[in-house]
Amino acid sequence: MIEAILISVIIAATPILIAALGEVVAERSGVLNLGVEGMMIVGAVTAFATAQITGSPYLAILTAALAGVAMAGLFAILAIWLATNQVATGLALTLFGLGVASLAGESFVGRPGVKLGDIAVPYLSDLPYVGTVLFAQSPLFYLSIALTVGVTVFLFRTRAGLRLRSVGDQPVAAHALGLKVNRIRTLAVLFGGLCAGIAGAQLTLVYTPQWIDGLSAGRGWIALALVVFASWRPTRVLAGAYLFGAVTIAQFHAQAFGVDIPSQFLSALPYLATILVLVIFASNRRFTMVNTPAALGRPFVPDR
Amino acid sequence: MRIDLRRRTNVPWWAEALAPLLAFTVTLAIGSVMFAASGKPPAAALTAYFIEPLSEIWSIHELAIKAAPLIIIAVGLSVAYRSNTWNIGAEGQFVAGAITGAAIPVLFPGATGVWVLPAMLALGLLGGAAWGAIPGLLKTRFGANEILVSLMLVYVAQLLLDWLVRGPWRNPEGYNFPETRFFDDSARLPELIAMGDYGGRANFGIVIALVLAAATAILLTRTKKGFEIKVTGASPRAARFAGFDQKATTMFAFLFSGALAGLAGIVEVAGAIGQLTPVISPGYGFTAIIVAFLGRLHPIGIVIAGLVLALTYLGGEAAQISLGLSEKIAQVFQGVLLFAVLASDTLVRYRVTVTARGRGVPA
Repeated sequence: MIEAILISVIIAATPILIAALGEVVAERSGVLNLGVEGMMIVGAVTAFATAQITGSPYLAILTAALAGVAMAGLFAILAIWLATNQVATGLALTLFGLGVASLAGESFVGRPGVKLGDIAVPYLSDLPYVGTVLFAQSPLFYLSIALTVGVTVFLFRTRAGLRLRSVGDQPVAAHALGLKVNRIRTLAVLFGGLCAGIAGAQLTLVYTPQWIDGLSAGRGWIALALVVFASWRPTRVLAGAYLFGAVTIAQFHAQAFGVDIPSQFLSALPYLATILVLVIFASNRRFTMVNTPAALGRPFVPDR
Repeated sequence: MRIDLRRRTNVPWWAEALAPLLAFTVTLAIGSVMFAASGKPPAAALTAYFIEPLSEIWSIHELAIKAAPLIIIAVGLSVAYRSNTWNIGAEGQFVAGAITGAAIPVLFPGATGVWVLPAMLALGLLGGAAWGAIPGLLKTRFGANEILVSLMLVYVAQLLLDWLVRGPWRNPEGYNFPETRFFDDSARLPELIAMGDYGGRANFGIVIALVLAAATAILLTRTKKGFEIKVTGASPRAARFAGFDQKATTMFAFLFSGALAGLAGIVEVAGAIGQLTPVISPGYGFTAIIVAFLGRLHPIGIVIAGLVLALTYLGGEAAQISLGLSEKIAQVFQGVLLFAVLASDTLVRYRVTVTARGRGVPA
């Protein structure tokens, strides 16, 4: 029972974690992309369609990632190269993505999907207690953990990561030093799209292998909140994603334990929890201000 | 390829006015390509989408019904966005206003009289304002991100509505359908022109929308509050030096935009729908964001933009019937339109030059 709950928490946390890690990179470069929800759901429908046509879930992950990148590219052209308002452009990306996904997915409603099989790590998955929970999971779970480590190392231990952060904190200074601010930002945003696309693939290949209209159900927005909650640090994103995964799963198990609350109230829990953590962490200024990218949300137009 | 931007020193007034038109034209061009790609003749598709809904009296009535909530919400949002307050949860405030306003006809079905409708509208305003006050308060008191909080509350409001219409507010004589009882006539927004050659379903919602747009135009241009809002948005530093209370402006923006979204909610429920159902909006709260930007955050522009976006809803339905196109294409159109609006805004503010990739040129 405990094992089943832990596995379901992992499955619920993984897409939020992957998407949030991508957004951490984008926001660290100074770009606020509110289109995560849109990129995610386009990734989800692309993955579902690819799996339907080719039968290969791995190809589906690849195309979903590319779809996410394409969506992010659209955002980058507007918000970075044409210096449009980032908040409005991100919203447009979400509205557009939701529309595209619901249009593209119309014929898939009710069809069974292809499930991405779990991979058991030899020997490790035989460990007592933690074996099946941690080492017999979908490959996307392993990817999410590897990404957490990778993004942490990249941002804080590499020269490229330092450049990316400098572009997010002091774009004018970075520009003066000869860094190509908008090119770096574009790459960061594209990485965010890649991650959001893969997160979407997880939804239709692992979480619920079927297509339902609006299936991302605000997970992209929760990922955005997670980035704030984690004060732009990947390791805290990991912790936060599992917290949200636990809250999401709590609603399903609460009823099994005979808690007599209307299901709608339980469904509202993840959203209310998001608001709660936003409030708690925003009121602790020391915790957030230090890490907030100083130029977040501001377009950079070089003076010539 | 490289894109260079140079800020224009002065922007002629006609450029400002033409930008939304350019955006709309670009959207039509992209739409034609989309139609052609899905194997429909673009000209016929665009006619079905944007002209046919305007050729019949009944569908002009439908246009007014769909434009009313869009305009009411967007007028509120324009005040918020002008002060740099990002309320993107109007959809939730819409639902909240619909719930509080509907409380009278649902809980007191016997209530009749001329006071019922005004009381409902007032409650709708209050409900929307209260729902909008939550992100406003959390922002001003704790610094919580208003974009995310207001958005999260959309889901909460929708779930609350879902619970009400399936649970305590379900119609006792409704054969277990998830909906409340139908409102009494005195709780319905009267129809504008019910009979005669020009008769149809349109109600006084559109009149309310036009009045609110005019009132907001006056608020923005003729009052100190309007001045504070504009200064706070254009230059927060200047607003601080002028001694304007930024928190009060943020709070006002949320209360105002929330109240109007709530009013739109009760207008929709008391007007076009006549009862509460689990889903009462085809995303008006989000589409209104596009309306606000297409109207360049100006009340008069918003009226026009509201009619245009209402047309995309109708066109979606019409194209579905006459061409077998999915009505979901409307949402794609709306997204493309917002992209085009934002890009054309850049054309107004900057001189944009696109150069082919030149190697060795410092960026």
